[in-house]
Amino acid sequence: MLEYVELFFKSIFIDNMVFATFLGMCSYLAVSKKVSTAVGLGAAVIFVLAVTVPVNWLLDQYLLQPGALSWLGAEYADYDLSFLSFIMFIATIATMVQLVEIIVEKFAPALYNSLGIFLPLIAVNCAILGGSLFMQSREIPTLGLSLVYGIGSGIGWFLAILAIAAIREKIRYSQVPGPLRGLGITFIITGLMAIGFMSFGGMLTGGDDAAEKKETPKAEVPVEKKMELTKEDTENNKSIATNTKKIIE
Amino acid sequence: MGLLSKKDAKLITDPLADNNPITIQVLGICSALAITAELKASIVMSISVLFVLGVGNVVISLMRNIIPSKIRIIVQLIVVAALVIIVDQVLKAFAYELSKTLSVFVGLIITNCIIMGRFEAFALGNGPWRSFLDGIGNALGYAVILIIVGFFRELLGSGTLLGFKVLGDPIEKTGLYAIGYENNGFMLLSPMALIVVGIIIWVQRSRNTALIED
Repeated sequence: MLEYVELFFKSIFIDNMVFATFLGMCSYLAVSKKVSTAVGLGAAVIFVLAVTVPVNWLLDQYLLQPGALSWLGAEYADYDLSFLSFIMFIATIATMVQLVEIIVEKFAPALYNSLGIFLPLIAVNCAILGGSLFMQSREIPTLGLSLVYGIGSGIGWFLAILAIAAIREKIRYSQVPGPLRGLGITFIITGLMAIGFMSFGGMLTGGDDAAEKKETPKAEVPVEKKMELTKEDTENNKSIATNTKKIIE
Repeated sequence: MGLLSKKDAKLITDPLADNNPITIQVLGICSALAITAELKASIVMSISVLFVLGVGNVVISLMRNIIPSKIRIIVQLIVVAALVIIVDQVLKAFAYELSKTLSVFVGLIITNCIIMGRFEAFALGNGPWRSFLDGIGNALGYAVILIIVGFFRELLGSGTLLGFKVLGDPIEKTGLYAIGYENNGFMLLSPMALIVVGIIIWVQRSRNTALIED
């Protein structure tokens, strides 16, 4: 049970799709101008990730991995189809998105209207394919865990786009230098937010030895840079504070 | 440029600056940020995208009249996926270490918005030769940003370029390190990629004020 909870929080905060691996940046930047649309897209991403990651896990386990075909018979045990995984995953995602769209339209028209145009767009969102590819490269062991991983990374993405949309709604009232306005400042804010999210890195390192062993080589860099981190963070907070002051005024 | 008419040449030069896929069209950000901690990885990634986008644009352009518009996204995805598999296998065969560094990001070329964006916006409506030029142009525009970001991140982060210690040796204190220079390890962390791109956008829009958003 504990490993489920651990993976869930890890995929939301530590391995956050947007801030740690930059997946789904395109739609993240394009659809984050208003909170309401951001919520729609975020919900659609959670939904699709929760469906496609377990399906692709099954495909990976019973079709693509080296030796995965052994359930067909001993003579198939040597086959290694892993080079096909990109094409299989993307085909699954495209069809699942289409399927989800049809099902949602039929059984939940209200939800369909609110997700609307976002569903077809999701097929080409790197966060979705990235979810499946990371699921494969991190060798998630069971179907249940892959479901948790899908939902967790979806929620992480949702949180990220919600936060940036809220900030972008406010930042319209502040005096950003002309050339930075729009895209430029969004990039820099995302960078600062990513630095903030890095502080979650230490959250799950305690406990079992295996996790510690894995974390130590990575942890070296952040520890060194903690000082700068906090500095940046306080600056970030300060600027947010001044911004809110301006808005109030 | 005897080979290219003025209009064709514009297809290549435009995306390099004023219509850059990353800083202006906001396409293909994901991979641009994740793999730019080293210059070498950025260059390999650029070449991979150059290949996929150039060839993919031609293929889609040749098929543009026979693809039913309802399933065009799936057709496009399959074409890209096939090309990316080629790239991935080549990398695994000839540059195994590097393919480990790039990890899933080679696979993510499939959903790189630059590729889908150019297919949709250009290859579906233009002939193969023009589509090829457009693909090359946009991939070069992408490459320029990747290489700039990779250059600064590797130089400031680890004091090397393509693995060569251009600033001297940090352990033996030669070169710049002799006078107390330190590497900024912060540049190697992923958030700095975002901030470097933000600064590139800032510089570019300061030079060309027509690009400023309101």
